[in-house]
Amino acid sequence: MWRYTLRRILQAVPVFFGTTLLIYAMVFALPGDPIQALAGNKPVPDNVLHTLRERYNLNDPLLVQYGKYMWGLLQGDLGENYTGQSVSEMLAGRWPVTARLALTAWLFELVVGIALGVWAGLRRGRLADTLVLGGTTLVIAVPVFVLGYTAQIVFGLHWRIFPTAGADEGWPASYLLPGLVLGAFGLSYVARLTRTSLAENLRADYVRTANAKGLTRVRVIGRHTLRNSLIPVVTYLGVDFGALMGGAIVTEGIFNLPGIGQQVFQSIQLKEGPVVVGAVTVLVLIFLLVNLLVDLLYGLLDPRIRYE
Amino acid sequence: MTGEKGVHGRAGAGLAAVLLAAALGLSACGGAEASGDGTFVVGHSEPDHLVPGNTTSSYSFDVLGGLFDNLMTLTADGRPVPLAAASVTSDDQRIWTIKVKPGQKFHNGEAVTAQSFADAWNNAAYGPNAYEANSYFSYIEGYAALNPEDENARPDGKTLTGLEVVDPATLEVTLNDPFREFPMLLTYPAYAPMPKAGLADLEAFEEHPIGNGPYMMSGNWERNRRIELVPFAEYTGPRKPKNKGVTWKSYSSADTAYTDLRAGRIDVLQTIPAAKVPEAKRVLGDRFLPRAMGTIDYLGFPLFDERFADPDLRKAISMVIDREGINKAVYNGAYHPADSLLPPIIRGHRPNACGDLCTYDPAEAKRLFAAAGGFTGTLELYFSNAQPTYEQWMRIVANSIRDNLGIQDIQFREVPASEYFSMLSAREEKGPYRQNWEADYPSPQNYLENMWHSKDNRMGWTNEEFDELIEQGNRAAGDREAMARYHAAEDVAIREMPMIPLWTWAGQGGRSERVANVTITPYSTGLLATEVTVG
Repeated sequence: MWRYTLRRILQAVPVFFGTTLLIYAMVFALPGDPIQALAGNKPVPDNVLHTLRERYNLNDPLLVQYGKYMWGLLQGDLGENYTGQSVSEMLAGRWPVTARLALTAWLFELVVGIALGVWAGLRRGRLADTLVLGGTTLVIAVPVFVLGYTAQIVFGLHWRIFPTAGADEGWPASYLLPGLVLGAFGLSYVARLTRTSLAENLRADYVRTANAKGLTRVRVIGRHTLRNSLIPVVTYLGVDFGALMGGAIVTEGIFNLPGIGQQVFQSIQLKEGPVVVGAVTVLVLIFLLVNLLVDLLYGLLDPRIRYE
Repeated sequence: MTGEKGVHGRAGAGLAAVLLAAALGLSACGGAEASGDGTFVVGHSEPDHLVPGNTTSSYSFDVLGGLFDNLMTLTADGRPVPLAAASVTSDDQRIWTIKVKPGQKFHNGEAVTAQSFADAWNNAAYGPNAYEANSYFSYIEGYAALNPEDENARPDGKTLTGLEVVDPATLEVTLNDPFREFPMLLTYPAYAPMPKAGLADLEAFEEHPIGNGPYMMSGNWERNRRIELVPFAEYTGPRKPKNKGVTWKSYSSADTAYTDLRAGRIDVLQTIPAAKVPEAKRVLGDRFLPRAMGTIDYLGFPLFDERFADPDLRKAISMVIDREGINKAVYNGAYHPADSLLPPIIRGHRPNACGDLCTYDPAEAKRLFAAAGGFTGTLELYFSNAQPTYEQWMRIVANSIRDNLGIQDIQFREVPASEYFSMLSAREEKGPYRQNWEADYPSPQNYLENMWHSKDNRMGWTNEEFDELIEQGNRAAGDREAMARYHAAEDVAIREMPMIPLWTWAGQGGRSERVANVTITPYSTGLLATEVTVG
């Protein structure tokens, strides 16, 4: 177990360098000149453009740029964006927002998703099951921006239950609605996955045996069936947590939450390599960590799975 | 087997609890809801810089306008009048004497003197600082020395030779050439003064600008969230705030800002997204604030491409553009079809200066097109992806060219916004391209010289007559004489038509019920925040 964990952590090192180089190269390959774009339509003298390009190493070839960036990174310096803001400061202000949003969404997925799934799975083919399946299909079919703007206008503007936008009210008030919108897809997916998985397993031999032994319904479901049924669900929840951290671009935009997703989106538009790489690097680390946690969780869920 | 919980209790909830605790451990940010304290909230996009010389962004101007008093400001009809200056005078339009009003203070208590202006301008004009508004100081003598042609050379000095601080109240400015609109240029936000403390620590200044204006910062710039301004108690100028402060709140989505306006969470929004305008008119009623703007769209031609060399061809294309039809179809009829190279809000705009050449007339267009010998090859139309409306009207223009002039092979070239201007600067476009100009200050010279003058127009158009007329206008002492020269220059540009004027933008804003006296000017002064009353 510990050796396995250590090995996984060591494996993360080349993954880390590979992904950062890849991201850097992708941003580098984007067309256009970020410095010219800063000025937009207004005239900027060549010497100013030149000075700024020199300042941000934009005249260097890709590998030299990446090398300079990495050298700074290893000393704990994330560099600057093209308006001279320190990237670490930019991101430091944004991580808490994204973390709160992603966790809120993730908790919705976990609690509501699994609960709905269990409810439907235990009543397979009955009204509850049909409701859950129908409802989740609908949610999955609706694009997130439609869901987001609709929720914002109905719950925020007309009914005034939640604030319409912004992070000013803090957690949880500002995050419940965007969290629900962001988690809606995953929630539906988790519910369906749980329901199907549970319904399958309820027909397995070992469940019949447990029932025959006269175990209580709660024990049969909770201890035996659900544990097995949750393996695919936990896998999904783990992977999705990373996606929620980095993929909240649309939701953050609709609800005006100054988070990481929004920053990455803006920085890609502005070709700000250091910002994109800085943000994505942290995301990669989170992905790696969550994946490791998920793999270790399997062992808890299914004792037959052992890591050597 | 007893005593063991289900997995849900152990792994799932346990993990969730840990993460939840982590989330709650992160401190939440306090709210700044619109309340009854006499302050109001405006929604806009995030500024890029708050050091005055280092930005040309209107979102930065929003904030800088309250923090700084420039030497001059603009009246409602676009005339320059003294603000921090007692007077700005010149006998020859080249050497300007500026008298600074006595007794003005920066927010940190420093006195505002002629030196404060000289220091700020030198800092912005110094090439190696690479300030965004650097070129706005090119009128002043000594600019070239601070910005050497050779990109690797270091400038010799650090100051503009054309700036001389005669005494604390007097600044003498020598320009490279006579320039009558210099007082107008002084209204541009880059020309704000800076205190010594700010120049000593520019990074701290960026987070917490120290100005001489009616408002001062309350706390630091909260990036991507808000900037709070409160009245400056020792302000002696004419713009005393009629409210207890203004908060500029950042939005990344215009739709969301508009929703917040409807929810009463912001009090003023200067720009309602085009798609929401019909609804806004209905919902906001008298709180809907339409206004004229100084931004005008053009269609430029790459004259370095032989196929566009004949003015008749360019006029033909101008005359198959149904400006009024496009205005109705794309802009809800709110825009103003161009009848001149200048927007109507500019003093010196002549209605119908462009006459028939800007009027939809397919028959005459066909005649001109034939006279020019037609067009061969592919007609490529360039525009950026900054707004969906660009493509909408480009398609209408293309259809009209196809139907009326018979050019069948038309291609659209939609270029990412970040790439668009580099492409135009490198002259890589192979056909007509969209571009616009927004007034730095409301003078015909600002449009004509920046967009048509041989030294820096994008079309590659050279015309000595035009250049000469602009220079004569810049030298002219009298208003009437200057206007006559600018108009003559405009006539030359219309006659040659290297760039077609299309339409002037209209702005659509809105306000909440809490505020009144909301005025949004079409100039760089923007929203007159000090005038807003909260009740």
